[in-house]
Amino acid sequence: MMVDADAGCAIRIAGVEKQFETPQGPIRALTRTNFPVRKGEFAVLLGPSGCGKTTMLRLMAGLERPTSGVVEVGGRPLWHDERRDDGAVANMGVVFQEANLFPWLTIEDNIALPLKLRGMTRKLRRERARELCRLVGIAGFEARWPRELSGGMRQRASIARALSYDPEILLMDEPFGALDAITRDAMNLELQRIWIATSKTIVLVTHSIPEAVFLADRVVLLSSRPGRIVEIIDVPFARPRETDVRGQPEFQEIADHLRHRLEH
Amino acid sequence: MADDVATHPPVGRQRRPFRLTRIPAWIGSLALLVLFLAGWETYVRGFDVSKFLLPSPSEILQAWMEILGTASLWQHTWITAWETILGFVIAVIIGVGLGAVLGKVPWLEQVLNPFIVATQVVPKVALVPLFIVWFGFGMTSKVVIAAVLAFFPILVNTILGVKSVDRGHREVLQSLNASRWQSITQLEFPSALPYILTGMEMGVVLSIIGAVVGEYLGGSQGLGNLAVRQMNSYNTTALFAVIIHLSVLGFLFYATLVGCRRFAIPWHESVQVNRK
Repeated sequence: MMVDADAGCAIRIAGVEKQFETPQGPIRALTRTNFPVRKGEFAVLLGPSGCGKTTMLRLMAGLERPTSGVVEVGGRPLWHDERRDDGAVANMGVVFQEANLFPWLTIEDNIALPLKLRGMTRKLRRERARELCRLVGIAGFEARWPRELSGGMRQRASIARALSYDPEILLMDEPFGALDAITRDAMNLELQRIWIATSKTIVLVTHSIPEAVFLADRVVLLSSRPGRIVEIIDVPFARPRETDVRGQPEFQEIADHLRHRLEH
Repeated sequence: MADDVATHPPVGRQRRPFRLTRIPAWIGSLALLVLFLAGWETYVRGFDVSKFLLPSPSEILQAWMEILGTASLWQHTWITAWETILGFVIAVIIGVGLGAVLGKVPWLEQVLNPFIVATQVVPKVALVPLFIVWFGFGMTSKVVIAAVLAFFPILVNTILGVKSVDRGHREVLQSLNASRWQSITQLEFPSALPYILTGMEMGVVLSIIGAVVGEYLGGSQGLGNLAVRQMNSYNTTALFAVIIHLSVLGFLFYATLVGCRRFAIPWHESVQVNRK
């Protein structure tokens, strides 16, 4: 039943290995890894710094090429030798740790940038950007410059940019790492809401245990030197989850287990 | 309840101490200028300084007003302005073009770097007589000098700008499948623009210096030449008037470019003032 197992796959990582060449010799960022991301799930890659979780996400995004193994998006291999399959990439939106908004574009133009690259008319782009501003909760800031917004609002705009062309998959690399704890909690709730509203597949990288357990359907625990998956844990709480889910004993249990595994 | 009273600020109008920094800066600048001119005027009149050495500001102003009415001054102004503009435009085209290529091809930049540094270090004004020999006494030699002087700051700043494109921004475009052309128009050009404009602001000032120095040393036209002629006839007052005229011209060029900055990169920190 291999076919059926793969049919529900948004992204498939099979036997993927990644080495970086440095002047001090090669570094193994990720050892042979297999991981299927299910369609519509919220998967969180959790681990300490240098465990290869960001590398794994960048491999999924097509920003890095695997040293060996296969990355498939929607059943299509991402790489044909040296060449990236841009058609497969078009189905994914990436949110980076920094908002990476272009300072010379207004918030609205930043959000609509992917649509501009795809040749959509200005009028339609505007409409879509407005709609997205409402979705991510920054309506009214369409005409501002990025530098006029707070870090949290900029990150909301960058999420809107990744959603603008309606990709099926959203890849997020520690998107809230630079935010304060309170903004971060609020953004976690918002992200859950957006995920439910848009029914995307989301893969999110974090080193925060509470964030991982709060957001994830499945937490993928990675360990470092060399980077590898040590455990995959299902998180059973019903959706939508409220912030107080963190106080539940089951939540604590999962969090403690993860903390224990991270320390050893 | 003495404590209670002490925590309340005293009621009534408070006298705020006088501070010089509360005066708007432009009034300060203006006051300084007036003070300077008044001092100059007083010095010249009080000590009866010879007109050949230092004319008074009022005499200079009068002389400037007089030559402003003559057709020949405007002809000279036009020639100098034209030389400056042509030289500057040539410098912008070559400087930005070459800078963009060198910024994108580090190998080529490394190969050419010693030569760029060497030509930067050479006092280019010393080459002016050579250019006059090569390009004649007419406008061409001055245009070339203006271009050569303006070229380097534009080139160096363009290279810097193209190299300073943010890695995170690049990855955004990479994740969006942007074509090479799209990444140039959407990212590299706007990202390098503040640097290019800085180079141009430096360049335009050098352009006018180039044109005027060229006119000093050869030819029979332009404001530089007019200044030299006043000097040769010991008309120091008129010489000052020409210098004032030149300064105004230079200021206009510079102000135009600064205005371009506000227009071209309103998002940049350097034009952040006055907003909000």
